[in-house]
Amino acid sequence: MPEATDQLPANATAITEDRIKIDCQNVDVFYGAKQAIFDISLGIQDSAVTSFIGPSGCGKSTFLRCMNRMNDTIDSAQVNGKIFMDGSDINDPSVDPVLLRSRVGMVFQKPNPFPKSIYDNIAYGARIHGLASGRADLDALVEDSLKRAGLWDEVKDRLQQPGTGLSGGQQQRLCIARAIAVSPEVILMDEPCSALDPIATARIEELIDELRQRYCIVIVTHSMQQAARVSQRTAFFHLGALVEYGDTETIFTNPSDQKTQDYITGRFG
Amino acid sequence: MTDAPDSEQASHTNAFANPDVLKRLAKRHAAEKRFQIYGMCAIAFSVLALCTLIFSIVSEASSAFTRHYVTFDLTLEPDSVIPEIGDSYDDISSNVTGFNQLVQSNLLETFPVFAEDRNLRRELFAIVPRLGVLPIARQTAERPDTIGTERSFRVVLSDDLDLFLKGRITPSRSVDIGQAGRLGEVGAAEYTLSDAGLDGFPVLQRVWAERETFGSALITVNGGWYRLTNVAGAVMSLEFLAGGPPRVGEQDGADIRAIILDVPETDRTTSDHQIAWTLSLQESGRIERRLNTSLIRHSDSTYPELAGAAAAIVGSILTMIVTAIFAIPVGIFAAVYLEEFAPTNRLTGLIEVNINNLAAVPSIVFGLLGASVFLDVFGLPRSVPFVGGLVLGLLILPTVIIASRAALRSVPPSIRTAALGLGASQTQTVFHHVLPLAAPGILTGSIIAMARALGETAPLLLIGMVAFVNEVPTGPNDEATVLPVLIFKWFSGAERAWEPMTSAVVIILLVLLMAMSLTAVLLRRHFERRW
Repeated sequence: MPEATDQLPANATAITEDRIKIDCQNVDVFYGAKQAIFDISLGIQDSAVTSFIGPSGCGKSTFLRCMNRMNDTIDSAQVNGKIFMDGSDINDPSVDPVLLRSRVGMVFQKPNPFPKSIYDNIAYGARIHGLASGRADLDALVEDSLKRAGLWDEVKDRLQQPGTGLSGGQQQRLCIARAIAVSPEVILMDEPCSALDPIATARIEELIDELRQRYCIVIVTHSMQQAARVSQRTAFFHLGALVEYGDTETIFTNPSDQKTQDYITGRFG
Repeated sequence: MTDAPDSEQASHTNAFANPDVLKRLAKRHAAEKRFQIYGMCAIAFSVLALCTLIFSIVSEASSAFTRHYVTFDLTLEPDSVIPEIGDSYDDISSNVTGFNQLVQSNLLETFPVFAEDRNLRRELFAIVPRLGVLPIARQTAERPDTIGTERSFRVVLSDDLDLFLKGRITPSRSVDIGQAGRLGEVGAAEYTLSDAGLDGFPVLQRVWAERETFGSALITVNGGWYRLTNVAGAVMSLEFLAGGPPRVGEQDGADIRAIILDVPETDRTTSDHQIAWTLSLQESGRIERRLNTSLIRHSDSTYPELAGAAAAIVGSILTMIVTAIFAIPVGIFAAVYLEEFAPTNRLTGLIEVNINNLAAVPSIVFGLLGASVFLDVFGLPRSVPFVGGLVLGLLILPTVIIASRAALRSVPPSIRTAALGLGASQTQTVFHHVLPLAAPGILTGSIIAMARALGETAPLLLIGMVAFVNEVPTGPNDEATVLPVLIFKWFSGAERAWEPMTSAVVIILLVLLMAMSLTAVLLRRHFERRW
């Protein structure tokens, strides 16, 4: 049986069970003349964690960045295909990327807090989107976001101190809190733990698990253990193509593709 | 590894003691050391050059920061003080002739002997510059109630005599001769003086024997000043010049002193008489050396003793303000657009290359541009700080753009992606995050560019800012000159007194530059503290 046909029904059955938040259809990405993503179609479930795994340079980050149109900021990047969020095409000219990004938050590989106070880091998104009316409202929002990111107890006494003075793990949780503060529906995480130590990583993973209840989360990771621990769905990318996509448990215990099998058992990548 | 030869294994284990390795290591250390020494030499050389520069300027300028003033006790006669045309403030404050009459008659009272000799009178009146009475006139005009009373005023000493007293022209030395004997009168202003003591005269004879090697010898005794005309045996022949009247026939044993002037009278701008008058005034306590406030209070003048840099300082500041208002915002916005918004294509590439080329265009070309565009096409006035500021603004614009772009580029991209990822628009990202982070760099670049503009001369010459301006400008549309142009003008002045004045203006320019750098540092600190 050919691989493609073997794979698609499996996905299809899984996807119909839950609501699809983001539906990608035949996505290609080019950087200049070089094609980075080859005809990827997949659906991301709401209220679940989807992880993208694959060897370096396989296009998982590029694909992730398609979902909040961060590739727009790269001059040479060109995205073809359709990506629907709640049924509307996010690449439609009528969709303002600013609005899209307020609904699809992003956390980056390296913690990148603004060189401002902890408070201002969280409040910034709310301020530009006009989410809070008045000081008290904003204070409550900052507190709520920090609490949900599990950072409140550590920083409540020093909200006016610079966010860059926190430890790496705290900075990353600050970035997650900052993303949460604009009340997104989707949170994209691009290897959020790759710059952190195991303890900080464990805290972030816990946090991701908690956030799963309210958000649709997509996480790119190099660590297969992490993918297995935090995600319900896993997509395996190789050389810019989607090789296999399904329930995490299935992918890790019973992959249908030989390449997936080889990768998760550490034979390449 | 198991089949590797024994010797190789030995060399591996002894790597720390291997002579070849040690030799290479020693070479590497030597190279490092050598490079550090080169660096230290370069720094030492720069520091030395800087110190030499500052020392030479300061030592040259130091004499211009003080000046000699002559005290006059003048009775403000209404006839002289109030001109015929009227007694308003302007009439009195510009009555140069009347006040000169007072000063000149005072001088004639002090040195009465030569009242009849017209040439000598002219020389006498020249020890204070004609316009030196202007401050007195102004003071009197401000307080008309003082007219008719006697008041004490200070008038600036002429520049050449000032330099003489400072020892900067006509070197002189003082020789003690001995005690005065009998002063005998020979003819009009001609006297003989014998030596009372026995020890002093050989000194004078030696001095006289060397008369070919110096200009003149002035003899002072009992407050009188004489020129030595002959020494015969134990008697010297003297010509009376100035000071206390000769006391003929007295045997008072007063000290005789000779002032030997090394330059002959014909090669000097000051005559023996003028020097004698000045020394006499100094002896009677009427000359004092004071801080030269006119340097920053007066504007330009053809008399170095009255000239000041006030108009140029204000002109420079006004020009810099126009430059800053024009070039910095335009430069920053151009840099922001090119760096953050502009697509990369052939056009932006062309613009970038041209900006870099413009930064290397000689400044005088911008002066030509300013003269032909601002003056001829737009018909803006000549010699005004507004046009000067625009020309200098054009001159530094490429530098500001390049510095601002470098500062923007040094902001980590993660800050941009963080803001964009939160849903900030491109403009919000730039103005909320990128620009504040780049601000210290932009500021430093802009201030360096402004410093260059402050020291620029050539383009301003072409738009007429070299004009003689004797009034302090009050706005960017008043005629003005700037400090570097003033330096250029003063340095080409004929009188020796311009030299220290020029250095003094250089110091003023350096102080302004330092003030600008200090502002930059303080602003930088302020911006950085916010993070």
